[in-house]
Amino acid sequence: MKGLTIVILVFALSAALAAQPTPVRVVSLVPALTEMVFAIGAGERVVAVSSYDDNPPEVRQLPRVGALLDPDVERIIALRADLVLLYGSQTDLIAQLTRASIPYFEYRHGGLDNVTGTLRALGRQLGRSQAADTAADVIDRRIAALRARTATYTKPRVMLVFSRERGSLRNIYASGGRGFLHELLEAAGGVNVFADIDAESVQASSELILARAPDVILELRPTDIPPPEGQAFEMRSWRALSSIPAVRNNRLYFLPGRSYVVPGPRVAEGAEAMAQLLHGTGPKPIAERRKLLAEGREP
Amino acid sequence: MTIRRQLAVVVPSFGLVTLVVLVAAPMLGSTAINLARVFDLSIPWAENVDAQIFFVARLPRVLAGALVGSTLAAAGVVLQALLRNPLATPFTLGVSASAALGAMLAIAFNLDVSLFGTTAESMASFAGSLVGAAIVYLLATRVNKALSTNVLLLAGVMLNTFFSALITLVQYLIDFADWYRTARWLLGNLDVSSYSPLVASLPLVGVSFVLFAMLPRALNLLSLGEDLASARGVDVGRAQRIAFLSASLATGAAISLAGPIGFIGIVVPHLVRLLVGSDHRVVLPASILFGAAFLVVCDLIARTVMAPIELPVGIVTAMIGGPFFIWLLIRKS
Repeated sequence: MKGLTIVILVFALSAALAAQPTPVRVVSLVPALTEMVFAIGAGERVVAVSSYDDNPPEVRQLPRVGALLDPDVERIIALRADLVLLYGSQTDLIAQLTRASIPYFEYRHGGLDNVTGTLRALGRQLGRSQAADTAADVIDRRIAALRARTATYTKPRVMLVFSRERGSLRNIYASGGRGFLHELLEAAGGVNVFADIDAESVQASSELILARAPDVILELRPTDIPPPEGQAFEMRSWRALSSIPAVRNNRLYFLPGRSYVVPGPRVAEGAEAMAQLLHGTGPKPIAERRKLLAEGREP
Repeated sequence: MTIRRQLAVVVPSFGLVTLVVLVAAPMLGSTAINLARVFDLSIPWAENVDAQIFFVARLPRVLAGALVGSTLAAAGVVLQALLRNPLATPFTLGVSASAALGAMLAIAFNLDVSLFGTTAESMASFAGSLVGAAIVYLLATRVNKALSTNVLLLAGVMLNTFFSALITLVQYLIDFADWYRTARWLLGNLDVSSYSPLVASLPLVGVSFVLFAMLPRALNLLSLGEDLASARGVDVGRAQRIAFLSASLATGAAISLAGPIGFIGIVVPHLVRLLVGSDHRVVLPASILFGAAFLVVCDLIARTVMAPIELPVGIVTAMIGGPFFIWLLIRKS
């Protein structure tokens, strides 16, 4: 009799778990996760996004519910969300959602493995495992193919700049030897000049840049690149460091695109664009990407 | 010891220390350089990495440290005497917060202008400091058209809080990438990487130093009280205006050059007083010299102690200045 009761209980529990509905009203506070949800074909379930979301274009019409520092809990609850995609560091929000019995999915920043791992986990959570695995496999394959293609190339030593005070060489921040930007650069066939520094970002003083002497300087610009005359002005700042091979050989490039600040499904495109600049035809792709940006499209 | 004799001892000794620091600092850094190569004119400039590290990376940085250190130290001395408050710093009167707000707005609106080799952030922060100083001054002279140091202090503290709140608001509203830039700007940075920002700030620093030179005797009497100063023939209103204007101008110039670097304006004047006494005719020049040396040494530590990673210099000024100050205080008492 006791054994039968246990069997019935286990059966009932399994049935209850199997019957747990997949989320249909998703609120995303993480732009990278928003892009992932759309990439696996569950975009119609997104009911609100963060203040910083702008891709894919469909999200521009959706309500905004704050971001990392200012999530609007009331609004999230009012939207009857049944899954909230948030940052693992948003502990207050997690506590509030737990009290309100609203499920959540935690995101933590990491390397390229983390991008595809998160994509697969999110797919399972949304009942779209197959689509997520396919999307993740595509990223893995594209990155692997890129690595294989660039393996035989001569690898330039690259400084990947993601922040600089305009018109000067002040407050320069570049990718260190950790994080997805570093991994994108290596996949694209570049050697990060700060690979030995175990940090995601390095404050690069003039002395450090002169000492590391990069062959190429890539400046990431998430949303804009200056027009040609502005580019000339921006590039002039670097002339002060004329002993650097990148400056001497005029290998200073702007690289636009939000894929470099949003570690989402577009990371492989980002790596490919980087490889094109490092090993391709030089500044031509920039002009094309700038045109796309001017037309309101993401390169 | 007469004042002349004290000056004859203090200024050369502080000057010598500063000179040694200024000569040594560009030779030291995270990268080993060959001094023979630095000054070897037969090597083309574009190929001489050692010379570029010395002349482009280190020397402007050392000079910026000296300029900012001496300016903030002098402003601290003047404001402590003007407000008769030992806790006053160049950042007390709201000028620093308004300067920082100017820079935050330049970052938030992506201002992309450059003039005389200075960046949009530098120009906006200097403009911000002028606005802040003007507001505080107008508030302090509103009653009886005379400068009230009490109102000056209260208005300054209030404005500091108000502008700090505005800075937080701007940071709250901007994109994350820009937020990162603002947070880093607020840490301060002496890596100017060229001589243009130094040259651009020289006229402002020069004017404030000329005004500082007019003040020591008046500051001595003002720190005893306005009535006593007035009785001893000091034109109190004029002296106070000059003190406020020069300190504000100096603070604005220093912040626009290097961002807000804390602690110099409070620790250096007190250290100097502990060493040479409280006569402003000695304290002011000694603080100018010692402030320059102190910040250059702090920056040398900031750029080498964890090389290749750099520490924000403000952290070093606080970590060295604080314990050193307490040690001197205990030893003196």
